[in-house]
Amino acid sequence: MTELPPSEVSKQLLGDMIRIRVMEERCAELYQQTKIRGFLHLAIGEEAIATGVMHRLEPEDAVLATYREHGHALLKGVSAKAIMAEMFGMAEGCSGGRGGSMHLFDAGTRFYGGNAIVGGHLPVAAGLGLAEKLSGRHRATVCFFGEGAMAEGEFHETMNLAALWDIPTLFCCENNLYAMGTSLETSESETNLSVKAAGYGIPAWTVDGMDVAAVYDSAGRALTTVRSGAPVFIELRTYRYRAHSMFDPELYREKEEIERWKIQDPIMTFTRRLTEAGLVDDDAVEHMWERARQEMEEAIAFADAGTLEPIEDLGRHVYRRELA
Amino acid sequence: MTTITYRDALHDAHREALRTDERVFIMGEDVADYGGTYAVTKGLFEEFGRHRVRNTPLSESGFVGLGIGAALGGMRPIVEVMTVNFSLLAMDQIVNTAATFLHMSGGQLNVPVVIRMATGAGRQLAAQHSHSLEAWYAHVPGLRVVAPGTINDARWMLAAALEDPDPVIMFEHATLYGTKGELDDAGPVDLDTAKVMRPGTDLTIIGWSGTLAKALDAAAQLDDRGVSAEVIDLRSLRPIDDATIIESVARTNRAIVVDEGWRSVGLSAELAARITEQCFYHLDAPVGRVCAEEVPIPYPSHLEQAALPQVDQVVDAALAVTGS
Ligand SMILES: Cc1ncc(C[n+]2csc(CCOP(=O)(O)OP(=O)(O)O)c2C)c(N)n1
Repeated sequence: MTELPPSEVSKQLLGDMIRIRVMEERCAELYQQTKIRGFLHLAIGEEAIATGVMHRLEPEDAVLATYREHGHALLKGVSAKAIMAEMFGMAEGCSGGRGGSMHLFDAGTRFYGGNAIVGGHLPVAAGLGLAEKLSGRHRATVCFFGEGAMAEGEFHETMNLAALWDIPTLFCCENNLYAMGTSLETSESETNLSVKAAGYGIPAWTVDGMDVAAVYDSAGRALTTVRSGAPVFIELRTYRYRAHSMFDPELYREKEEIERWKIQDPIMTFTRRLTEAGLVDDDAVEHMWERARQEMEEAIAFADAGTLEPIEDLGRHVYRRELA
Repeated sequence: MTTITYRDALHDAHREALRTDERVFIMGEDVADYGGTYAVTKGLFEEFGRHRVRNTPLSESGFVGLGIGAALGGMRPIVEVMTVNFSLLAMDQIVNTAATFLHMSGGQLNVPVVIRMATGAGRQLAAQHSHSLEAWYAHVPGLRVVAPGTINDARWMLAAALEDPDPVIMFEHATLYGTKGELDDAGPVDLDTAKVMRPGTDLTIIGWSGTLAKALDAAAQLDDRGVSAEVIDLRSLRPIDDATIIESVARTNRAIVVDEGWRSVGLSAELAARITEQCFYHLDAPVGRVCAEEVPIPYPSHLEQAALPQVDQVVDAALAVTGS
């Protein structure tokens, strides 16, 4: 088992996984209440990945993620208020309400979405890495994507270019075993995903994505390489407990499979570990949950009090230099 | 005034861009050692180095996406795609990423990338190398689409495109590269306006890129037959400069559009609709259109030429609308 990170970090990792969990469980309820609309993709069960990686980043590092990105945005530093307001479609949202759940953006924290074309943000991430290299800076770029993206041409084009040009970008494959209802075995000729990336000459390995300590450790090592000027690929094995989106009747898997994965729940197992190590007690853990609930209730109140962008402004944000 | 080819005018524009702005770099297939498919970038890698004139593998989606990412990262990339036919492999990046980021991010993230590509038929390259798909891009809010049709625009449009904060798609008709003409040293041009190339009183002929010379030839022939044609170079395919067109047609009361794209659902249809909407009561005849025939461009010269708009067709169309 991976060694525990220093006690303060360990406690923050637990606290942040809890924040994501609470936020997303509230999102599911808010969806039922029709406060959130459109597609909503929850990462419940996958919190260790965003948490472990994000704790290794500096504020000036850039992050790109998929439409399953609420936790990534939160831990990159976008406020829960701005995220919630975005999901409510309010002008106070982090994307001004124009994006919604799938398109959280925040230039200030260098959070580049919220991208919903599977595989489409991989070349963009490499381009941000290339810009660092060409301008002699050393900020890291991190790109999260699902294993479904690895069957797309854009994955392969990006791996080749990143390796060929020594682009300092970290590629994190969140392998939750299903692309909507398509299982890994039915979509990939090689199911050992790090082997695919390694084929391009990129340092690549597989990590238990349910173990936040392991993710934190791997991300640290990976980012050391990235900051020295090279790409790294890590596959993080995980599982989503919820449906793909709120429209998914989940015909493709058995309930027992979900229950089996819940035994390794990242929050439950890490809580147990920290308790056994004497770093937290029940009160401290309950306090983390309570604080997260409070943060999210405040965020929801903020979003509820948000304003809708006037319809007269519909044509904004199409061009930075407005058309004549 | 100097006489120069369209190709050299573009070359000089690229050289100047690399010299004056260190954020600028060029990226594309065979832009370095080969000298560029149409020799536009010839010699530039020797002068500026391989890090600024970057040969890419055959990965249209990958390197166009890298260009977009690098633009987000503060660079000013010029991405060369060999031809519009191959750009379809990068259409995801152009349409789903470059054109949407500013909007999805609520105005936070603009994408100052310039994407150049050759277009058009006339060299017996058959159906996968000859199409004019400019309209596909001109359809998309968030993109600027320009088509330098003159030596002057070949020399000066690039600087304006690089200045622009939004993605600019630049189309170069492949038969223009070898054409020669006078270059005036007027310096930077705008990206938004159409230009009256030849004043006239009896009808307005609108062409651009590969059809501009045909429109001008037709106007010269019409002159001999006592018909005074005004010729407009559209220049900007998005936005379309309604003001210049409508001002002209309101005077001449007749209009013809000459488009190397197909007639159905294309730019000629768009222009005819705008003219009809905006100066219906000035029109003395329906708007005429001379377009490519609705076939994939064939290989044999006689069939290829039969598929493309020709000068005599423009003359006939002009005589028809003027009732001469
Ligand atoms: C190019 C493209 N094709 C199809 C879709 C529809 N779609 C959205 S998510 C998804 C599954 C993606 O699975 P994966 O990459 O494993 O990520 P996960 O949703 O499991 O996090 C599909 C097919 C899309 N958004 N983009």
